[in-house]
Amino acid sequence: MAVVETHRPGDIKPGRPRARSRSLAAASGIGRFLVIVVLTYLGLLAVTFFIGRVIPVDPVLAIVGDRAPTHVVERTREELGLNKPLIEQFAIYVRNVLTGDLGTSVLTSNRVIDDIRRVFPATLELATLGTLIGAVFGIPLGVLAAVKRDSLVDQIVRVIGLVGYSVPIFWLGLMALLVFYARLGWTDGPGRFDIIYEYTITPVTGILLLDTAMAGEWDAFRNVAGHLILPSALLGYFSLAYISRMTRSFMLNELGQEYIVAARAKGISESRVIWRHALRNAAVPLVTVIVLSYAGLLEGSVLTESVFAWPGLGLYITNSLQNADMNAVLGGTIVVGSVFIGLNLLSDLLYRFLDPRTKRR
Amino acid sequence: MIMMRKNWKGAAMAGAMAGLLVGVPAGLLASASPVAAATPKDTLVLAWAIDDIITLDPAEAFEISAGEIMGNTYDRLVRFDINDPSKLYGDIASSWTVSDDGKLYTFKLKPNLKFASGNPLTADDVVYSLQRAVKLDKTPAFILTQLGWSKDNVDGKVKKVDDLTVTLETDKPYAPSFVLNCLTANVSAIVDKKLVEANAKDGDMGYGWLKTHYAGSGPLKIRDWRANEILAMERNDNYYGEKSKLPRVIYRHVKESATQRLLLEKGDVDVARNLEPGDIEAVSKNADVAVTNTPKGTIYYFSLNQKNPTLAKPEVREAMKYLVDYDAIGQTFIKGIGEIHQTFLPKGLLGASDEKPYKLDVAKAKELLAKAGLKDGFTITMDVRNNQPVTGIAEAVQRSFAQAGIKMEIIPGDGKQTLTKYRARNHDLYIGQWGADYWDPHTNADTFARNPDNSDNASSKTLAWRNDWNIPELTKKADAAVLERDTEKRAQLYKDMQKDVLATSPYVIIFQMIETAGVRKDVKDFKLGPTSDTTYTFKASKS
Repeated sequence: MAVVETHRPGDIKPGRPRARSRSLAAASGIGRFLVIVVLTYLGLLAVTFFIGRVIPVDPVLAIVGDRAPTHVVERTREELGLNKPLIEQFAIYVRNVLTGDLGTSVLTSNRVIDDIRRVFPATLELATLGTLIGAVFGIPLGVLAAVKRDSLVDQIVRVIGLVGYSVPIFWLGLMALLVFYARLGWTDGPGRFDIIYEYTITPVTGILLLDTAMAGEWDAFRNVAGHLILPSALLGYFSLAYISRMTRSFMLNELGQEYIVAARAKGISESRVIWRHALRNAAVPLVTVIVLSYAGLLEGSVLTESVFAWPGLGLYITNSLQNADMNAVLGGTIVVGSVFIGLNLLSDLLYRFLDPRTKRR
Repeated sequence: MIMMRKNWKGAAMAGAMAGLLVGVPAGLLASASPVAAATPKDTLVLAWAIDDIITLDPAEAFEISAGEIMGNTYDRLVRFDINDPSKLYGDIASSWTVSDDGKLYTFKLKPNLKFASGNPLTADDVVYSLQRAVKLDKTPAFILTQLGWSKDNVDGKVKKVDDLTVTLETDKPYAPSFVLNCLTANVSAIVDKKLVEANAKDGDMGYGWLKTHYAGSGPLKIRDWRANEILAMERNDNYYGEKSKLPRVIYRHVKESATQRLLLEKGDVDVARNLEPGDIEAVSKNADVAVTNTPKGTIYYFSLNQKNPTLAKPEVREAMKYLVDYDAIGQTFIKGIGEIHQTFLPKGLLGASDEKPYKLDVAKAKELLAKAGLKDGFTITMDVRNNQPVTGIAEAVQRSFAQAGIKMEIIPGDGKQTLTKYRARNHDLYIGQWGADYWDPHTNADTFARNPDNSDNASSKTLAWRNDWNIPELTKKADAAVLERDTEKRAQLYKDMQKDVLATSPYVIIFQMIETAGVRKDVKDFKLGPTSDTTYTFKASKS
C-alpha cells in the first residue's frame, strides 16, 4: 500500500483481468480447470491438516479434559486414530471426504456436515446483506470521490473509508449495540432473533429471512430483520470502505484514458461519460474486488459474530481450531475453499459478460 | 476555498449518503421492530458461555456448563444442601445405612419414582447407571473407580437387592462422608435404563445416543442443545419433588461479557453469567438488576516445576510466596470474581483452612534468595493462557518479582496449549486454576498433596506430579485422611496437610473464585451453588 501511495496518495493501481480467466474461457480449459480445483482442494486440506497437527495442542485434551487419567487419554487417542502416522491419518481423512464423510466434531458430537449446514446459512445471510450494503453505497461513493478528486468530497469519502478500515470492528460493533440497541432502542440486539421466537421458526434453508417469509410469519420476519440490521450494516460498512477505495482508483484510471477525452470531445454529457463509459469499464476489475470481499465475509467474521452472539461459521472454525477439533476445522476449510473457488469461477464468468474482449476469444 | 465552493454539491451528496448508510437501516428498524424487549414470562433466559459443553451424557460430562445442566436434569442417590454443604440429604434415596466394617452401603429408594419418559425408576436403573459409568470409563469415572470399582468387578460391587434396595461395596472402609460425596457427583446420576438401552448400538450402552439426548428424572428435562448456540430445558412433570417454578429455562450462548451486559440491561436475558469486573460494577448501578455471588470450589495458583533446579530450592519456593502483591490483586483483577485464599482447600469444603500467612514482603524474599545463593536473582518463564484474570495477575507477579531481581518472561498461549505443556512437565512456572471435582476435601488433597508415582509415565498426573514434587509422606497422609471415619478427626487431618503444603509446596495459591451473576429484579430465587452442578435454575421464578 505504502509503495503504491508514493506516486499518488490514495491511488491503488488497478489490476488488469488475469490471464487465468482467458484460459478458462476456452472450452478446452475445462479439464485443466478441474485439475486445478482438485489440486487446490488437496493442497488446502494438506496444509490445514498438517498445521493443525503440528500446533502444540493435544486434541485429546479437548475431549477428555484436564482430569482424565492416563489410560483414558491413551484409549481416546487410539479411538480417534491419532496414534497412527500423520500421512496415514491424512490418507484416511481424504478417503472419507471422497466418500462424502466429513467426520464427526468432537466438540459438538454432531456430524461436521450437520454443524456446517447449521452455521453456514447464518454467515451467508449476514455476508450477503453486508456485501449488498457495501456495494450499493461503496460504488457511488467511490465514483463520486474519483470525479471530484482532491476536493472536500474526496476527503470525506476518504475519511469514511479509513475509519471503516482502521477502527476495530469489535469496538465499532459494541458501540453500535450500545447506541442503537441499548440507548435508542431502534434495533434488536445480539443473536439472530428474540428468544420468544425460538421454536416458532422452523429452519428450512437456514436463511431466516427466507424461512420466515416463506412461512408467512411476518412478526418473526421483522424480528429477524431487526437482528440483522446492526451486524450487516457493520460488515457492510467494512466492505464499503474497501469497495469505495477500489472504485475510486479504478475510476481514476479510466477517467485518464483517451476514450474519455474522445467521448467528452464528442459532447456527450458528463454524467453519461462517467456512469456509462468510465464505470462500465471500471466495473470489470471491480467485480473481482466485490466478489473477493464477499468471499472474505463468507469465511465468517469472528469478531462480529462474537460481539453479536451470531452462531456463524467464523466462530465455529475458531472454536474448533482452539480445541484442535480437526474434523470440524477441515470441514470448515472445505467450505471456505469451495466458496473461494466458486466465487472465482463466478467472477470469471462475469468477466466474459462484462468485457467484450474476453468474449471474442 | 474555491475548490470547496465548487464542490459543495458533491460534499452534500457524500454527507447524505453517509447519513443514509446509518439512517436507513436504523429507520427501517425503528418502524419494523417492536422494541419492548423482554423475555417471555414463563421462561428463564440466561446468557452464558456454553461452548464448553461437549456431551450431555452424565457418565462423560465434566465441563462447567454441562455440570449445571446435569444438576438440573438428573437425579442421584444423594445430594448435599447448598446452604450447608456438610449436610447430605436423600435425593431418590429415602435412607441409607453403612455396615459396621464400613465397606457396605445399603440404599432404600423412594417408591413410585418415574423418569421424564414415563418409565418407572427402580433399583435396576440405579445399578445400571453406576455400572455404566464405570464400564464406559470416561473422564469423570475416576470418582467412582477410586472406591475400588473397575470394569471387571463392578457387577459384583453394585447390586440390586430388590426393586427399592441397592447395595454398594467399597474396597476399603472409607470415610462415609467421602463415599456419599462421590455419589452426589454428576457421574453418579441415574439414567433411564430402558430408554438408554433402546438406543444402544453395538453394545455401547447408549453412549453415542446420550451424548446429544436426555434420559433422566430431574426437575427439568433437556429439550434441545445446539452447540455454541442454545440449550433449552423444560419442566419435567414426572419429577417426584417440588416441580420447577418455570416451564422453561433457556441458556443462550453469549461469549462476550459486554454483550451479556447489554442484553441484561435491556431485558433480553434475565441472567448474565460471565460478567467481567468492569461490567459487574456497571450493572450493579442499574436499578433493574441485582448482583448475586457465591464462593466456588475453584482456586487460582501458580506453581514451580521442581525439575528446574533453581525452583526446586526450598528458599526459592518460599520467596515466591512473599513476592505476590495479594492486596493489590484482590482490589483489581479479581474484584467481584475472587477473594484472596492461600490454602489448597477452598472455603466450604470439610476442614478448609482460611490461613493467609503470606503478604508482599520483598525484603524477606531477598533474604531467602540470598540464602539460596541467588542474591542477584535469576531468569525464569511463566506459561500464561491469554485471558483474564490470569494475564493481569501474571503481569503483576512479573512486576513484584522484578523487585527481588527475578526476571520473569511471560509465554502467552491458548488455554489448551499451555495445559498441554503443563501436563508434559515442560514449564518453569504455570499459572492456572483447579476446581473441586466433587464436594469432598479429598478431591483437592488428591491432586495438590498426592503423588503416588512420580515417574514420567505415571497413570495419574496430579498437580504434584505435574510439578515433579515428590512427596511420599504427604501422599500417605492424604491416603489416611480419606479412611478416617470420624468427621472431626478427618477435618483436623486436612487442616494439618494444608499447613504443610502452605509452608513447603511449590504452589503459590492466590485466590478462590467467586461466581457472580447479574440478575433482573423480577427474577426470584436464583441462587448460584458452590459447585457447578448445584446452581438450581428450576427453583427460580419470575414476577
